[in-house]
Amino acid sequence: MPLQGNIRDFSTTQLLNLVNLSRRTGMLTIYEGLPTGEKDAMKNDKMAPGKERARVAFNKGKLTYAAMLERDNSLVTVLNKAGKLTDEQARVLRERASNITDKALAMRLIGAKYVTQQDILDVMRRHTEDIIYELMTWTEGPFRFDDNEQPSSDVIPVLIELENVIIEGGRRITEQRELDKFIDDLDASLEFADNPKERFKGIHLSVNEWKVVSYVNPKNTIRQIMKVLNMSEVEIKRILYSLNQAGLVEIVKPQAVRPGVKAPTPAASVAQRKPQARPQKPPEKKVVLSLIEKLKSM
Amino acid sequence: MQTVKMVVTGPFSSGKTEFIRSISEIDVVSTERGISKNTGEAQVKEATTVAMDFGRITVDDDLVLYLFGTPGQRRFDFMWEILAEGMLGFIVMVDSAKPETFREAKSILETFRAYAPTPYVVAANKQDHPEAWNPDDLRIALRLEPEVKLLPCIAKERDSVRNVLLELLYTILEEMEQ
Repeated sequence: MPLQGNIRDFSTTQLLNLVNLSRRTGMLTIYEGLPTGEKDAMKNDKMAPGKERARVAFNKGKLTYAAMLERDNSLVTVLNKAGKLTDEQARVLRERASNITDKALAMRLIGAKYVTQQDILDVMRRHTEDIIYELMTWTEGPFRFDDNEQPSSDVIPVLIELENVIIEGGRRITEQRELDKFIDDLDASLEFADNPKERFKGIHLSVNEWKVVSYVNPKNTIRQIMKVLNMSEVEIKRILYSLNQAGLVEIVKPQAVRPGVKAPTPAASVAQRKPQARPQKPPEKKVVLSLIEKLKSM
Repeated sequence: MQTVKMVVTGPFSSGKTEFIRSISEIDVVSTERGISKNTGEAQVKEATTVAMDFGRITVDDDLVLYLFGTPGQRRFDFMWEILAEGMLGFIVMVDSAKPETFREAKSILETFRAYAPTPYVVAANKQDHPEAWNPDDLRIALRLEPEVKLLPCIAKERDSVRNVLLELLYTILEEMEQ
């Protein structure tokens, strides 16, 4: 039977640990949660699996493949994003090579000396790791792990040890918390700080930073920019954080003020009160042996 | 006459009452109450234990084993410490098909370990359920040390319950001999 649950109760990090420790082979699928209207055993809203959001494959406890299904995971996009293909090269390839698989395309690109085999492996590895780091920040969504299921043979597999990914993911979760404090609403928009001309003088921005800068306009929400640029939440927040720290861009909060909802304070439970261990009188051995005999005879 | 006590604990709806009912020689003295229909728990089961369940196994004229089942809901946790007093050992029941309860099961286990340093085993209940996690995965999920016994269990089957109780007794014996 597949392993099923919700990452709200058993996090992506815990799942990665489980796969790593049990040296599992199979496919993890995370779904959009659809409320069923029922409550689960912990009185939380019960979620049924909806649309697939992400798929991650493992081979004997090692990570081999990951994809966010609402994003373009094609090799062309991944290479373009990593700066190995220009926007123009990517556009041409998307037009001319739309019918061939990533694996076949990789062979052609290597043959035509656009990229090396190592370039492809490095880029796919980083792409796969980035997806996992993002999945580790997810806090809700039904999942299922199907033993022995593998992605299609057309995809380019990688082979990544999970230990380091789990450690690095943990570090990034801490970073994400800081970024979330900085931008707590993706419906906020952006505007340039005063005197942008002066401020941009002598500043060197990366390609992705320039891309974000080109969309700075109070009419564009961060969410919209993220979608247009095919960026993850972490990526855009990280870029905006550095642009803001450099004094180039300001965050504009959305106008509508949402009524604040005060989180319920959980009542102190016995577990939180940390009870004191009491010394127990050890039972006599003959009592235990009598109980064993009795149970055996039942 | 000597009486000894074992405690069966675990999250809400993990199968504690059923466990005791399967092995007790008397009808289980249960303090179950109907769950009001507008609560989330009503969708999980019809009644819940509010104070304790109580079962008995008579060994001979001189020795009786009492099984106490704790209420699973946190709002009745004031009963746990009272029930844990003087126990020979305890069993933590986990519903293998409800991963949302694993964190709670671990927390209950830690709480009972803090009450008394008595031996314990973990019963991976509802192993006959199609969505049950297997015991190996459950061990990782609950972060149990290799020396802690995690036993597959079907609480409605007497043999399965007997096996869990025997394993707890073997653990008690092993600790006495160490």
